[in-house]
Amino acid sequence: MSSTVTRVNGKAPAESAPEQVPMLPPPVWVDDNPSLRQITDDIARPLEVRPGTGWWICFGLAVAALINLGGMVAYLVAKGIGIWGLNNSVGWAFAITNFVFWIGIGHAGTLISAILLLFRQQWRTSINRSAEAMTIFAVMCAGIFPAIHVGRPWLVYFIFPYFPNQRGPLWVNFRSPLVWDVFAISTYFTISLVFWYLGMIPDLATLRDRAAGGIKKFVFNVLSLGWSGSHRTWSRYEIVSLVLAGLATPLVLSVHSIVSMDFATSLLPGWHTTIFPPYFVAGAIYSGFGMVLTLLIITRYTMNLQRYITVRHLDKMAKVTMLTGMIVSYAYLTEFFAAWYGGNLYERYHFVNRATGPYAWCFYLMVLCNVITPQLLWFKKIRNSVALLFVVSILVNIGMWFERFVIIVVSLHRAFLPSGWGMFYPTIYDIGILVGSFGLFFTCFLLFIRYLPMIAMWEIKGVVGLGAHKMALSSQEQEEPVNA
Amino acid sequence: MPERFLVATFTDSETLLTAVRAVRQNSFRIYDVFAPYPVHDLDHAMGVKHSRLPWVTFVVGVLALSFALIFQFYTSVLDWPLNVGGKPDNSTLAFVPICFELTVLLSGLATVAALFLRTRLYPGKHAQGFAEDVTNDTFALVLRWRDNAFDVHRARRVLEEIGADRIREREAHT
Repeated sequence: MSSTVTRVNGKAPAESAPEQVPMLPPPVWVDDNPSLRQITDDIARPLEVRPGTGWWICFGLAVAALINLGGMVAYLVAKGIGIWGLNNSVGWAFAITNFVFWIGIGHAGTLISAILLLFRQQWRTSINRSAEAMTIFAVMCAGIFPAIHVGRPWLVYFIFPYFPNQRGPLWVNFRSPLVWDVFAISTYFTISLVFWYLGMIPDLATLRDRAAGGIKKFVFNVLSLGWSGSHRTWSRYEIVSLVLAGLATPLVLSVHSIVSMDFATSLLPGWHTTIFPPYFVAGAIYSGFGMVLTLLIITRYTMNLQRYITVRHLDKMAKVTMLTGMIVSYAYLTEFFAAWYGGNLYERYHFVNRATGPYAWCFYLMVLCNVITPQLLWFKKIRNSVALLFVVSILVNIGMWFERFVIIVVSLHRAFLPSGWGMFYPTIYDIGILVGSFGLFFTCFLLFIRYLPMIAMWEIKGVVGLGAHKMALSSQEQEEPVNA
Repeated sequence: MPERFLVATFTDSETLLTAVRAVRQNSFRIYDVFAPYPVHDLDHAMGVKHSRLPWVTFVVGVLALSFALIFQFYTSVLDWPLNVGGKPDNSTLAFVPICFELTVLLSGLATVAALFLRTRLYPGKHAQGFAEDVTNDTFALVLRWRDNAFDVHRARRVLEEIGADRIREREAHT
């Protein structure tokens, strides 16, 4: 069919060529330039075949840990939190450490899905869905700990103000950071969940249209809400995604700031510092990127998605990890400097004790993992080696867990009066519940990559090839008249 | 009563964009375009107006902010003032975090709810199926066949010239 129409954005009309600004070729985020159909097939097929042995092994381990969690939590509820290693000096230990650790993990997901969306970073498209899923599962894990720490978990709903108020007119204390935390985390969880689901609707429709029938078709049919790909819907959908990203961006910064205020508003040496909110947020993003790297390196191998989650994506994430790692290192230095310069006896003793006391090994492990390890990422060779990146990501996870342990336990165990000093030793239940929370996390994540599209197909399609090029050029685009 | 539509399908977004522009230039009204992803520039080409949904965010945000502030004031100052560490009953600064969180929560939920209402997405809805594979790799341009005003031959000619993959007439309930 011969076309008499001048193609808009046609192949370089000669008269407009001199005006064009020379620019770099658009970045390629998916290897081999697959067709749209190929993208759908590549991402949807793992959901339609039986999972491999690797998946079953991981799932078995995760479920075993999850069962362990269930058993230990049941025992905890029956016996009380005395089964943990807590004592009068150290009233917060593993549970709160795990809580802060898991909340922090979640932050990378929101950073990738919301903040990088606002910055129009196209490399997020391959990883945002799984990073958001990680956020949701991490916040679920985090939520367990305060709930089982309250002593009488069946009364945990007391932390919410509600109508009708069964506590007489007595309300929760709205001046308490612990109450702020309840609001921050429930908001964070809800908005993340909605954002995740909203982003998945077009892909659920794709899966609905692929499903042959039966329960799968029914479930995808219900979940995809009758999505038909109408552009009038797409247009509104994109606006709402931007609005949600705009809301989620300050939200994610607020969540870990508020978590840090649980500590910073107290008077305890080591906690009572103004640096905590930004320091916690940087640490959260650092640890979250560590976890995203761990998960994606595993996933791209087990699900054969190397074409979509490329070494270039890992490289970008490694750079964010390095940057936030250096912010965290700077915060460590500032804390020590402020303790010396501030001249407060207790504060100064706390930091001496941190580096030389009985828990000094935790401190040095933290420095090794969070200060020295990210420096390795200056080297392109390390950033581009998947195996080394995996090791680095594990070290980041370990380091950030110990950072929270150092902040919480080391501050508590020697506070003001030496007569109130003590040591914390974890019991089997402390460790078992920590391991169990990983079981919950990985069970959810493995089910997610098995049953839901773990890469945003529609976003990849929009970015691949021409789409990416056009977005990069959109500011310079000139519309040409169409002569039909 | 089922209505009649003219459905043209395309395999790439560039041709689709050209077709959308040409069809509008020939004074046809576009019923809708179906695509596997939001095609850049299609808003402009189709003449889709900017959505007013952000207003929902704003209005609900303001309401949520006021609600959070008033609620905290009511509980902490009027209903049961409680002296905690000698802090004033109306510690407005301490109310800021919860005001912020509730603003984000309620305005976010309201915006998504408004999107679902406006675009009529709900569980169990039957997807409009004008063409196969629009959720996979096909782009479809749909024109509504209004009885006497619609010059189907001219529409077909315009679409064919641009290079539509396939042009079909379909009936559907809207």
